Amino acid sequence: MEVVASPFVVPETEAWAEAARAGILLFKRCLDCGEPHYYPRPFCPFCFSEHTEFVAASGTGSIYSYSITRVGGEPYAIAYVTLDEGPTLMTNIVETPFESIKIGATVSVVFRESPLGIPAPMFRVDGAPPA
Amino acid sequence: MSIRNKAFIAGAFEHPVRKADGISLAALHADVARGAIADAGITRDLVDGYFYAGDAPGFGAFSMPEYLGLKIRHFDGTDVGGSSYIAHVAHAAEAIAAGKCSVALISMAGRPRAAKTPPDVELAFLNNPAIPEVASELPFRQNVVNSYAMCAMRHMYEFGTTSEQLAWVKVAASHHAAHNPRAMLRNVVTVDDVLASPMIADPLHRLDCCVVSDGGGAVIVVSPEIARSLARPQIAIRGAGEAVKGLAGGRVDITSSAGVASGATAFAEAGVRPADIKYASVYDSFTITVVVQLEDLGFCAKGAGGRFVSDGNLIAGVGTLPVNTDGGGLCNNHPANRGGMTKIVEAVRQLRGEANQGVQVPSCDLALVHGTGGSLGARHASATLILERV
Repeated sequence: MEVVASPFVVPETEAWAEAARAGILLFKRCLDCGEPHYYPRPFCPFCFSEHTEFVAASGTGSIYSYSITRVGGEPYAIAYVTLDEGPTLMTNIVETPFESIKIGATVSVVFRESPLGIPAPMFRVDGAPPA
Repeated sequence: MSIRNKAFIAGAFEHPVRKADGISLAALHADVARGAIADAGITRDLVDGYFYAGDAPGFGAFSMPEYLGLKIRHFDGTDVGGSSYIAHVAHAAEAIAAGKCSVALISMAGRPRAAKTPPDVELAFLNNPAIPEVASELPFRQNVVNSYAMCAMRHMYEFGTTSEQLAWVKVAASHHAAHNPRAMLRNVVTVDDVLASPMIADPLHRLDCCVVSDGGGAVIVVSPEIARSLARPQIAIRGAGEAVKGLAGGRVDITSSAGVASGATAFAEAGVRPADIKYASVYDSFTITVVVQLEDLGFCAKGAGGRFVSDGNLIAGVGTLPVNTDGGGLCNNHPANRGGMTKIVEAVRQLRGEANQGVQVPSCDLALVHGTGGSLGARHASATLILERV
């Protein structure tokens, strides 16, 4: 498949975009302080070390917050999901009835085409929040 | 060095227009500049510093000082969205204290209603691929409402805040707007009215959202020597703070704001406490904005904001902390989707005893102005001012 260059991919995020095309969500971890971060950048935002590595996320996590947008077309769910590995990222919840979208619900990643020309990591709900 | 009492707000003006047909954006800036200059009782030629944000047409300071015929020796185009002008007052005080200027003009204006500019067009510059977070956020269709809505949803989850409590912020604004002949929405509303309005982005209803309006405002900040020479009441800038907050590399916490830091800085500089404040102008893009900021400024404990705003506690003459007595962004106006300037103007009115009949706070000698530019649900800048009538 021919890969079209996206202006939204910069040299420092090429690996992240390439993995997204293969259905894998990458985040970054600092080789000095050990802290994970997202969105990926070529240094650690916590200790400013330049020694960082890309790590493949398990793709599972839980909903930190969400909202259903009900105006301006088909309703959709924007959310923040906290990955099991720690970082929280902005996303959409898809393939899920709105009534099942709750803070704390467990989710797993599904990649969807996006206007950026890079598949975007979205999530579907797998389970209800812990009681 | 502190800016405490080093500069004074001598002039303030709010444009009366709410839909600016038949006038250009530059002319709106000229209107508000003229209004603030007249209010201060000075002449244009005394202005030697100009402060502006992204609403001012032209590249940086190239166009507006020339258009207005200003002869300036200091300029500052800090743009942090709706809170810009609150930061400008502090920056003007810094410049005056440093001798860089002695009469600062801060102007803001906009006409999104008359121009029929959709918000997504107005904010399209934020889709620039050079902005580092864009690739990881743009696909998800964040907008101003659903971003603040996620803040509200998480606040409800963590602290038990309810839609009824949020609605009280709008109820208070509507009680104040009923006294403001220029307010866009002058009808008093109830908690039930807010809850019955259409859901825009859960849990925010239409009446949890501010109005969209045209207009603007301007203020004049002057040195102590000039303030003493003028006939207007002396409104001292007693303390100020500014801060930014974002998604912090994935350590996301959207239930508190940069106001925690900007407020603490301002209170420390002013040497006063939240309990000393007689009136507060608090950015009210949405009802949740007020709840989060009041907590972060220390008017109540974190998580207690919903209870604090309930039962009319923000209504002048009813509650313990009158907030946004002009009706605020929720009912009066929100020019160019940037609410900071009108927050300053209403605080100056309160300190001068010139607020609308029915909402004037008795013996109002200490006021707070606080703004948030950007989104509490993602990244934003906060600016806090503490003003005193001396």
